Amino acid sequence: MTATQAPGKSVGAPISRVEGHLKVRGAATYAYEHRLDEPAYLHPLQSTIANGRVAKIDASRAEAEPGVVAVLTHENAPKLEAVGDAELEILQNGEVGFRGQFIGAVIADTFEAARYAAGLVEIEYEERETDADFRPDRDDLYTPEQLNAGFEPDTSVGDVDGALASAAVKFDATYTTPREHNNPMEPHSSIAVWDEGELTLYESTQGVYWTQNTIAPLFGLDAEKVHVISPHVGGGFGSKGLPHANVVLAALAAMLVEGRPVKFALTRHMMFSVAGYRTPTIQRIRLGADAEGKLSAICNDVVEQTSKIKEFAEQTGTSARMMYDSSNIQTTHLLAALDVAVPSWLRAPGEAPGMFALESAMDEMAIECDLDPVEFRIMNEPEKDLESGLPFSSRGLVACLREGAERFGWDGRNPTPRSERDGRWLVGTGVASSVYPVFSMGGNAATIRADSDGKYVVEIGAADIGTGTWTTLGQIAADELGVSFEDVEMKIGDTKFPNASGAGGSSGITSWGSTLVEAARSLREKIEAEHGGNIPDEGVEASAKMPKNPHRKEYAMYAFGAHFVEARVDEDTGEVRVPRMTSVFAAGRIINAKTARSQFMGGMVMGLSAALHEESVLDTRFGHVVNHDFAEYHIPTNADVGELDISWIEEDDPYVNPMGSKGIGEIGIVGSAAAVANAVYHATGTRVRELPITPDKLIS
Amino acid sequence: MKLECKVNGENREADGVREGESLLYILRERLDLPGSKNACEQGECGSCSVYMDGMLVCSCLVLAGQAEGREIVTVEGLADENELHPVQKSFIEAGAVQCGFCTPGLIVATHDLLERNAKPSDVEIREALAGNLCRCTGYEKILDAVKLAAAKNGNGA
Ligand code: FES
Ligand code: FES
Repeated sequence: MTATQAPGKSVGAPISRVEGHLKVRGAATYAYEHRLDEPAYLHPLQSTIANGRVAKIDASRAEAEPGVVAVLTHENAPKLEAVGDAELEILQNGEVGFRGQFIGAVIADTFEAARYAAGLVEIEYEERETDADFRPDRDDLYTPEQLNAGFEPDTSVGDVDGALASAAVKFDATYTTPREHNNPMEPHSSIAVWDEGELTLYESTQGVYWTQNTIAPLFGLDAEKVHVISPHVGGGFGSKGLPHANVVLAALAAMLVEGRPVKFALTRHMMFSVAGYRTPTIQRIRLGADAEGKLSAICNDVVEQTSKIKEFAEQTGTSARMMYDSSNIQTTHLLAALDVAVPSWLRAPGEAPGMFALESAMDEMAIECDLDPVEFRIMNEPEKDLESGLPFSSRGLVACLREGAERFGWDGRNPTPRSERDGRWLVGTGVASSVYPVFSMGGNAATIRADSDGKYVVEIGAADIGTGTWTTLGQIAADELGVSFEDVEMKIGDTKFPNASGAGGSSGITSWGSTLVEAARSLREKIEAEHGGNIPDEGVEASAKMPKNPHRKEYAMYAFGAHFVEARVDEDTGEVRVPRMTSVFAAGRIINAKTARSQFMGGMVMGLSAALHEESVLDTRFGHVVNHDFAEYHIPTNADVGELDISWIEEDDPYVNPMGSKGIGEIGIVGSAAAVANAVYHATGTRVRELPITPDKLIS
Repeated sequence: MKLECKVNGENREADGVREGESLLYILRERLDLPGSKNACEQGECGSCSVYMDGMLVCSCLVLAGQAEGREIVTVEGLADENELHPVQKSFIEAGAVQCGFCTPGLIVATHDLLERNAKPSDVEIREALAGNLCRCTGYEKILDAVKLAAAKNGNGA
């Protein structure tokens, strides 16, 4: 299905991904698979305590093992620059800040030799008491200076307490979401090679330049001395955005064997301690409304976790600031800093847990107000973004709710819980809204070369982590160049191409695409002005940086969506099934109908997974995740997924970027867990406010 | 130890193999066949699926020594560069591939299913792919791809 697209008509078409033929043959080269001579294999040493220091480390038995090339510990590790990032500045002393932290590595000729020898290293610790207990009543909770992505921790508009006191209908409940792990199928992998003071990293990363810019200063290098190569990435979902300590460990180890490539892939087990995760959250939601159901107060007070060694503050409460209309809105964030691994980005950090709580609460409030939950949301639609005071560049929530209700067959729903059953199954339906900001990230540039045979080569250090970038950027470039898709060759995933931001915050297409449009325009102008409209024999190229979007100051920019879910709950066992889900999105212009659908769907299913399956269980005595594999940390299999109906509304938004598109990597996950929880309530009459909704919570 | 087996129709051998190395490791690191993926290393995800003497196995659970003298077929052995197998084509067309890390395992598992059952029902498809995890796609397009391959009379092997 790579039928030729007419010039200028690529965007929107359901073009099959261009690298698909490599992936289905097992021929796409992921980070660990680059063919290099004489690689050495790394197996890490990980701390078995959560707090303390390495008192003694004896590697002599490991070093004597056949095949072992070197053992890296804090005693012989090369010095790193102090950049103020204790997650990354590993092996500089014996300090341990969380269980599983890297305290060394064995490098050997084969992986099994390294793994075996790692077990021969004798380590003694001086242990301090472990404090890994995440509770909202701790007396050491604190307000961070800012949240992830630079959001304010606390906001207050109007007088929430006064509005709550005088509200005709009041609601106050606390929701919790557990620690969750990204678990891309490809474990984080690196091959590191040093050559004459320059470092090459074959990486599984969401951004080659993000990796370069993080790693270079640690090793005291100018950025251009670190080369990052990452053509194909086996998923990331945020965990390969900010580089983690595994990259530093591989680079340190490679220094000990200069010239020899060192290969290091995390095992699935290791991913639960060193690859980032979503903080558990505790959210107290308070809502007030008048007798008609108009909201007068919205409040989300969040408590969440961070690591003592490095702060990460998820922006859990931000969606409550702009989602619904109210004159009084308050959000707060408190952190508990513990002896735990460092939390990080997981698909829709902030919105995913925040909208589980808010959208569950909206369902509960609709019931309190005796209103249909779709209508309740629509009647509380704001006119503008209440946080910034700006108008929305476009806001398709109402259209999504109406369209979704229609497709799902919502009308005529009996609001009474437990009103429908099918044999032993209690059947219910639920709805929830979705939102995700249209982020754009700086530091992008692109080069496009035209050859006299009418072919174009487009270079930008962008990333494809499964999202479809190889294809979608080609579509955008082709249309702007006025040529057919087949005439454009993309080059991405390498720091030898121009500077680019990474795949994160659903910002990729906005940032890279805007840059390509600018570069294509420059190239066309150049061909026109300097070559009379014809590409010269020797070819011609033009480069451009991402232009500033003047509308950013004028409009608030978000994508929206609505999820409708049917849940069936076995009355005796508490088993929950979701046979169908309908989601409608308002995300501007869709660049590629095929890859977009996949993005939406993957997000929805990850939300379904959060609703029913995912929960990392921490042993607070020792600070480790007990269920650190797929046998016990459950993600959906095909049996967990029923019929998924996905569509999007036509949305013409001239302000977001030159393509009129909004990022779609995250909007699918937001709200989908709440839609499931709301449907489970409708089926059973039991409101579960603690994710995941496991059978034990339904059969009390 | 030394290991000899047939892989994708060719006699291959690996020297200096350590007890404890898995067939997956041999394929990926010693025989230059990285198509089979390592995503869990303990039989939970199906990313490493290959045929051993015609049986679908998780190669991460097969010890190297167990592969001695056996016939292995990996995803790389299902088609050549110039002509994809109908199962492979269907995965691309249906949009069943995203990051692609689960894909080789799913391709082999689907190939196996259609060898045994040219026209599987929905339930049979779901059952056959129950051991393959995918974190990206939400599965629906994968199921579509299998149906598409079956409809194309996909079993060209
Ligand atoms: S890697 Fe073999 S089943 Fe997961
Ligand atoms: S496509 Fe990424 S895991 Fe399946």
